[in-house]
Amino acid sequence: MSEKIKHYPGTELESADFKSKKIITINWRPNAKYAWTAGIGLSRYLEELQNGRLIGRRCNLCKRVLVPPRMFCEQCFRPTDDWVYVKDTGKINTFSIPYIDADVNRITTPTPVAVIEIDGASPGIGILHRLGNVDIKQIKVGMRVRAVWKAPKDREGSVNDILYWEPIKEG
Amino acid sequence: MMVKKRVAVIGAGMTLYRRRLKETGKELSYYASQMALESAGMTREQVQSVVMGTAPDAFDGIHMKAENLADGSGADQKPYTRVYVGGGTGVFAPIGGWWHVASGLFDTCLVVCEEKMSPCHPHPQTAFRTIWDPIDTRPLNPNLVWIFALEMNRYMTVHKIPKEQIAMVAVKNKRNALDHPCAQLGANITVEDVLKSEVMVWPVQRLDISPPTDGAAALVLASEDVARKYTDAPVWLDGVGWALDTTYWTNRDLYFPEYVAVAARNAYKMAKITDPPKEISFAEPYDPFDYKELHHLEGLLLAKKGEAPKMTAEGVTQRDGKLPVCPSGGLLGVGNPIAAAGLMKCCECFWQLRNEAGKRQVRNANTAVAQAWGDLQQVGTVAVFRR
Repeated sequence: MSEKIKHYPGTELESADFKSKKIITINWRPNAKYAWTAGIGLSRYLEELQNGRLIGRRCNLCKRVLVPPRMFCEQCFRPTDDWVYVKDTGKINTFSIPYIDADVNRITTPTPVAVIEIDGASPGIGILHRLGNVDIKQIKVGMRVRAVWKAPKDREGSVNDILYWEPIKEG
Repeated sequence: MMVKKRVAVIGAGMTLYRRRLKETGKELSYYASQMALESAGMTREQVQSVVMGTAPDAFDGIHMKAENLADGSGADQKPYTRVYVGGGTGVFAPIGGWWHVASGLFDTCLVVCEEKMSPCHPHPQTAFRTIWDPIDTRPLNPNLVWIFALEMNRYMTVHKIPKEQIAMVAVKNKRNALDHPCAQLGANITVEDVLKSEVMVWPVQRLDISPPTDGAAALVLASEDVARKYTDAPVWLDGVGWALDTTYWTNRDLYFPEYVAVAARNAYKMAKITDPPKEISFAEPYDPFDYKELHHLEGLLLAKKGEAPKMTAEGVTQRDGKLPVCPSGGLLGVGNPIAAAGLMKCCECFWQLRNEAGKRQVRNANTAVAQAWGDLQQVGTVAVFRR
C-alpha cells in the first residue's frame, strides 16, 4: 500500500455467506471426460510396468539414463538412443508425509510419498511414488527401498502396478 | 538484449487480499487498474497496451479468462496480451509489460494481475489436480503441497536446517503484514505456534503455508521520456530475468532452484549489478511457504547455499535489518492470489522506493528485487527496481 491511498476496495465474504445463500452464486459442475494417449515413450513404460519391470531411455550424447523414458533428450535436444531396463530398487532422495488428499480432505492414516532415485538410472534420476511397510518415524533420506508389485493378474499398465516401495532390510 | 527505452513504473494499485471477495474478477481488475492509473495521473486513453497476468483458468472455471477480464483491465480496443507461468506470473506480467515498452513499440503499458480462487469448491487445490502429467503422475492422486513438502525436506536435509529457523520466516512475514492495510493474515505469532500448528504434509504445517486468496494488483509502466512528463519520482524497472526448468521435477535436485539463479543472473546483468548482496537494499522473494523465502534468497544469490536460515535467525532479514526481506508481509501475511501475489511484491518495491510505504518503510532503499515462482517447482521470474 501507499500511505497516499486511504481506501482499498474489496468486500469480504465468509464461508457461511455461501452456505446460508446470503449471497447469490451460480453453481456448475463440469462433466468433461478425457482419453489421453500415453505416447511413444510412456506407452512402453506402462507396458513394462505391466510386465513387472522399469525401463528408461539412454541419451548417448550426455550419457544419461532417463526415467520415465522419453524419446528425445531435453538437454541435448536430439533423439534418445536405447531402451534400458533399470532395477526396481533405489534410494529415497526426499520424502513427505501427507495428511491431506488431492481435495484437501484430512487423512488420518497417511501414506508417505517420496522421490526414489532408481538403481540403473543416472544419479539424481527419480520418480514420485508411495512408501509402504515402514514406520513413518524410521524413514530417512538415503534409505534403500524396493518396489512391491501388484500380482501379475491385477496389473493394468499403470504407475499403480507398483503398490509401494518398502525398505530393504540390511543383511 | 536490445533495450531501446529505459522503463519506469509510475503508478501502482491493489485491492484488499481476502479468502473470499464478493467482487468478480473483472471488478477486482477494474479497481486495481483504476487505482494504478489514478496514482500515475493517467487515464485509460493514455494507455497504449495492456498485459494481463492470471493463472489457472480452473480456479475461476472460466476458460480463456483473460478475455473475460479484459474490460476490467482497461484493454477494450487495445493491444492486449496474457502471460502465464503459474505462480511465477505476478512478476512475469511486468516483465511482459517491460518487453512492450523497452522494445520501443509502446510508450505506456498497464500491467494487471488478477486471481479469484474462491469459486473453486471444495478447495482451490482441487483445480491443481489437472496440473500433473496424466500418464506418469496423476494416477498417484498427488496434491501440490506433497511435492513442495518433498522440496522442503530435501532442502532441510541437505543443509541440516532446523525447522525452528524456517518457522522464523512465517513469524516475521505475518508480523510485517500487520502494517499492510490489504493483508489477509497479518498476525503476531511465535515460532512455537508454527511448530505446534496442524501438520498438512510433513514437514509443511499450517502456519508454514500461505492461504488461498482473492485479489488484484496493477502497475503502470512508461518509457523514460513519457514517465518524466507524469512524475518527478519514477521507479526504474532496470533488470528482468526469467527461466524455466524441466517439468520432470523428480529428475533434478530440489535443494537449490537453479532456474531462479539463471533468471536472477540475467536480471542483475541487465541492471549492471555485480555484487547482489551489497547492491540490493531489500528483497521481495516469493514466499508461498516459509522455506521458499530462504530457498529463493539463495536462488537470488543474496545468500550462500544453505545460509539463508542463519541470516534469518540473526535478524538480517527483518524490516530494520541489513537486508530487509518481504517488508510487505509477503504471501504468508498479505495473501496468495496466485498470479496477483507476485505483482503485490512489485507494488511494494514501487511504494518502498518512493518512500510511500508508511509504517512498512525500510530506510535508505535505492535498489530492490522482486521474484516469483511456480508451475511444478520449475519457473523463476525476477525484476530489479531502482529509484
